[in-house]
Amino acid sequence: MSGSKSAVRAGTAQPTSKIASRRQRWGYVYVAPFAVVFAVFLVLPLGYALWMSLHNKGIATAGRNVFVGADNYVKAFTDPVFLEGLWRVVRFVLVMVPVQIVVALVAALLLDTLATRLSRVSRLLIFVPYAIPAVIGALMWGFLYSPRFGPAQDVFGLVGLTAPNFLSSANIFGSLVNIVTWQWVGYYMIIIYAALRSIDPSIYEAAVLDGAGRRQIALRIKVPMISSSMVMIVVFALIGTLQFFTEPQVLRSSAQGAIPSDYTPNMYAFATAFNYSQFNYASTLAFALGFLVFVGSYVFLFLTRKQSGLK
Amino acid sequence: MRTSARRRGVAAAAAMAVSAVGLAACSGGSGGAAEATCTNEIKQPDATQVTVWAWYPSFETVVDHFNETHTDLQVCWTNAGQGADEYNKFQTAIEAGTGAPDVIMLEAEVLPTFTILESLVDLSEYGAAELEDDYTAGSWSDVSNGDAVYAIPVDGGPMGMLYRADIFEEYDVEVPTTWDEFAKAAQDLRDAGFEGHITDFPTNGAAFNYALFAQNGWEPFQYDAEQPTEVGINVDSPEAEEVLSYWKGLIDDDLVATEDAFTTDYNAALVDGTYAVYLAAAWGPGYLQGLSEADADAEWRAAPLPQWDPENPVQVNWGGSTFAVTTQSEQPEAAATVAKELFNTDEAWKLGVEEAALWPQWKPMLESDWFTGLEAPFFGGQKINEEVFLDAANGYEGFSFSPFQVYAYDQQTQALFDMVENDTDAGTALSTVQDGLVRYATEQGFTVTE
Repeated sequence: MSGSKSAVRAGTAQPTSKIASRRQRWGYVYVAPFAVVFAVFLVLPLGYALWMSLHNKGIATAGRNVFVGADNYVKAFTDPVFLEGLWRVVRFVLVMVPVQIVVALVAALLLDTLATRLSRVSRLLIFVPYAIPAVIGALMWGFLYSPRFGPAQDVFGLVGLTAPNFLSSANIFGSLVNIVTWQWVGYYMIIIYAALRSIDPSIYEAAVLDGAGRRQIALRIKVPMISSSMVMIVVFALIGTLQFFTEPQVLRSSAQGAIPSDYTPNMYAFATAFNYSQFNYASTLAFALGFLVFVGSYVFLFLTRKQSGLK
Repeated sequence: MRTSARRRGVAAAAAMAVSAVGLAACSGGSGGAAEATCTNEIKQPDATQVTVWAWYPSFETVVDHFNETHTDLQVCWTNAGQGADEYNKFQTAIEAGTGAPDVIMLEAEVLPTFTILESLVDLSEYGAAELEDDYTAGSWSDVSNGDAVYAIPVDGGPMGMLYRADIFEEYDVEVPTTWDEFAKAAQDLRDAGFEGHITDFPTNGAAFNYALFAQNGWEPFQYDAEQPTEVGINVDSPEAEEVLSYWKGLIDDDLVATEDAFTTDYNAALVDGTYAVYLAAAWGPGYLQGLSEADADAEWRAAPLPQWDPENPVQVNWGGSTFAVTTQSEQPEAAATVAKELFNTDEAWKLGVEEAALWPQWKPMLESDWFTGLEAPFFGGQKINEEVFLDAANGYEGFSFSPFQVYAYDQQTQALFDMVENDTDAGTALSTVQDGLVRYATEQGFTVTE
């Protein structure tokens, strides 16, 4: 569109529509590399998965896909295992997202106020866990949580206590929250920090002249001014948590009882496909989860449309 | 303007070409079996190549031996992961209809899982049935179904009891030969001041727990590949309940640990003196020797698995693998030859025994003087094959697994964990598994008999 406008302004002798269409043709060529990759690796697999989710093939009736319409979806949304997994990730969202956001926000506000070398080092240190691949991070925490190899027993022993078993079914929830928080806080902190740096310092001066204290500046001025970044990271955290997979899947190798193969909806879909060879039902689970993630994100963005500037 | 548009066009075309190359590179990996890259070196480039997936330790020496002794056939070997990792890839290849190797290493327990997907070739067409007498009766029963033979047995896991002679001696406790004596020994060790546990009962033991139940006559599944849509499920039988109640009693008295198997913690506990006994398969000694942080004073010895009824001893098996030919293979005859001949010489088996600590199901090796007479330095020179595991191997009569074994194991792990964690009884745990499996099998289109 902008191409045809500029052509008109340039005022060449040729009829504008012809040039415009030729230039648009080239536009398609530019988009093509992306479009091809997008189609081959995203649209086609999604379409195939959708097709699979509408068909069924039991183990005992191997080899034949039968069209079953929405049957698989009815089964998924009445499947106690799937619903239990969903409820579990919703609980993770309710705990993990606020914890991560609060820690990241506090760290960013502190680092924004300090301008010493210490703050630069701290910024890096908080960010480093994000640079560690999620699988490695989870493996590492698996060792730290280990009753035999982990440091917990030594630490608790110093004050004469027995360390809790971090991998028991009662504690695994908190252990996982800890891993994810450790991994992602740095990333969110950097986003918030960058947003804070882009605020014009003269606003703070004005606030100080009006008699605002440091805490008031932080809570009444800084936080409202970065609300669109906050909305963005909450959406990231929300989507990531609903799709929770890597950390529990890795930790499962050392806590199979506490983390069953259907712990989260994504893990359930993975096990259903690759361990139990039910690719059709697994596609249904994946689509159902995708739909719920979409709805969840949409609702959140709708509710926060004022803060995010979408309105 | 024209020039610049054209130049940009060239740039765009170049970008497209680059991405097209990228795509082509991506799709290159999914070519036919013949184009696969091998981990090993091919000795006869002109010979027919057969692709093999396997995860045996030091398997390359066996592959090299095969390739050096065959001029018309060459093995192209890939390690596609151990156990579940390999099965995941195979499941995906089956669903995709392409990508499976010619020959695949499968544990005997998952054979029905794959025969029902019609992904394994009946090797009786390629002369496998004549090999029956070369293999132990139990292992042959695990790979065959009537006249059909779905795999060639390789190694097995006849079970025995590995114990710390030094611990039993220190606390002056008799080495048990029956499960009653075993429970008493557990209590005696505790009373004498032993701080560890006599052994571990892992709730994620899967095939290990199956073997313990099977020793008491448990037959959870009736499945016949001839009638692939019918399955009998009888998990919550009195035999299993008796065994599980026995272990639950020991757990309740804190005489037996309940650590998950095959974790780093469990590995350390096996060798650092936390457990006095390791109930093990014949591959267990090799596993133990590979673990670090071992107790330097440990004196390991092997004894037969304790029995429920010493008058009628029952031998059981834990693990063991086979070679099967996939239906995706375009050269099933060559593949069948490879499956049959990879492990059918003394030389190959010596490599398997010495390098990989495998337990042969191939009788010429199993019954050879060399193998029976092997002295195990780790066991103070004890002839553990002859004294313990040979009887176990010969006494094993086979076991019928379900066509959804991975699911069955996952259900059992969950139920046993809940039993320990929430202190419910053995009967509840078993009936939970039973109900879950019946529901699952019905959903999958099976006719279920209980």
